[in-house]
Amino acid sequence: MYSEKVMEHFRNPRNMGEIKDADGVGTVGNPVCGDMMTIYIKVKDNRIEDIKFKTFGCGAAIATSSMITELAKGKTLEEALKITRKDVADALEGLPPVKMHCSNLAADALKAAIEDYYRKQKEKEKVEIK
Amino acid sequence: MSTYKKIYMDNVAGKPVDPRVIDAMMPFIKEFYGNPSSVHSFGYESKKALEEARAKIAKLINAEKAESIIFTSGATESNNMAIKGVAYRNMDKGKHIITSSIEHMSIINPCKYLKTKGFDVTFLPVDKYGLVDLDSLERELREDTILVSIQYANSEIGTIQPIREISQIVHRKNAYLHVDATAANGQIPIDVQKDGIDLLTLSSNDMYGPKGVGALYIRSGVRIEPIIHGGGQERGLRSGTENVPGIVGFGKAAEIAVNEMRAESERLSRLRDKLIKGLLESIPYAFLNGHPTNRLPDNAAVRFSFIEGESILLSLDMMGVAASSGSACTAKTLEPSHVLLAIGLKHEEAHGSVLFTLGRQNTEDDVDYVIQIMPDIVKRLRMFSPLTPKELLG
Ligand code: FES
Repeated sequence: MYSEKVMEHFRNPRNMGEIKDADGVGTVGNPVCGDMMTIYIKVKDNRIEDIKFKTFGCGAAIATSSMITELAKGKTLEEALKITRKDVADALEGLPPVKMHCSNLAADALKAAIEDYYRKQKEKEKVEIK
Repeated sequence: MSTYKKIYMDNVAGKPVDPRVIDAMMPFIKEFYGNPSSVHSFGYESKKALEEARAKIAKLINAEKAESIIFTSGATESNNMAIKGVAYRNMDKGKHIITSSIEHMSIINPCKYLKTKGFDVTFLPVDKYGLVDLDSLERELREDTILVSIQYANSEIGTIQPIREISQIVHRKNAYLHVDATAANGQIPIDVQKDGIDLLTLSSNDMYGPKGVGALYIRSGVRIEPIIHGGGQERGLRSGTENVPGIVGFGKAAEIAVNEMRAESERLSRLRDKLIKGLLESIPYAFLNGHPTNRLPDNAAVRFSFIEGESILLSLDMMGVAASSGSACTAKTLEPSHVLLAIGLKHEEAHGSVLFTLGRQNTEDDVDYVIQIMPDIVKRLRMFSPLTPKELLG
């Protein structure tokens, strides 16, 4: 039921793991089926220098996590924020309709990680001003 | 991937048809096409085969007479007929129905449908093993209870219900007892007379017969209405020309079950216990679903914490093994299995459930292979999961 590309990412997920000293971390739960995904990013000069994921979910959730890290790596934060669930699904050569919500999870986790990064930056600035 | 052996352990979803069953069916596909209702010799051949099959099925469950068996298109139709047929025929006596919270959807949904038609339905709770709570059954039975429907055994967690005790309780009041034996038939002995069963659902494919055939045993004297109306076949209770080849195959499957059930169930129980033990011992945070001893011989239902079932199934499939899962991610509805929730599992616990159902084609080598590959599959997916405790990843 899955495309070859999905299975390939499920078999060999890219960027799986954690970043200990991450600049941003985003965790989201899937309200539809109860799964969970965490994305870690390392940012340098406004670009995603490194990115890793951990996922508790179905095959599609694992493949979309893997794919979104590939798509986001090396992009500026603005570019990364524009990645949609459709981009992820298209890059995976499609997902079964019932699995589209899993790619939401990936896009949301990436967004959450970037927002976390912005928040932390603001806090840092505040500290410096003081 | 072709270097892996192919192992089928999803016998609950569909079973291979026994070659002896296919042989028995062939003449009724090729030569004997007569309609059993016709008066000529063509019809007579079919009629004779139909009645022989009926007798074989009656024998399997020790029905008092063969006429108590009504052929249907499968367990779903039998369950619908039992629930709606009894409800509509007996609504003058009362409109209360009792069932359990772990029944098959073909029981639960007809019950929910009847609720919209003014019937009152009670769903009994089960304990953590999936056993129906007999005290609440006793408490919920009322003067206007017309039907209690409880499965013989559960297909997802394997738990076998104490049907005789249930029957005694039900018959102390004036209700009928319907039992869905889809998962149990052909695996454990069923005796409708000793067990005290008024209506019993049987399924052909679950006994290695063809798909699309089933039966409803209706004890003589039980008041029931047809739900399919037409030419009046099957004593007017189920119209439509009988599926003769399917029914002949079903009969043959029942005959084989009568002869071989004992030895085969012993064999499967041994394999089942080996599989369960092997998995629970070699994998941390692995648990059994369902009752440890009162369980179907074919059923090894386990769950693994911190990971999700569909990804386990995909991993197994990559290694040539077919199984199933009650995870929300495998369901069309994206809801976890109602059975796993009813035995008290949390959403995320139900998530990591895997169901191996053994069959005639499985050998000890198959079981050994699954025990051998499973630890690595679980370990790999746990590496991916944000929920896995650090000490497990070492
Ligand atoms: S994560 Fe549950 S269906 Fe994909």
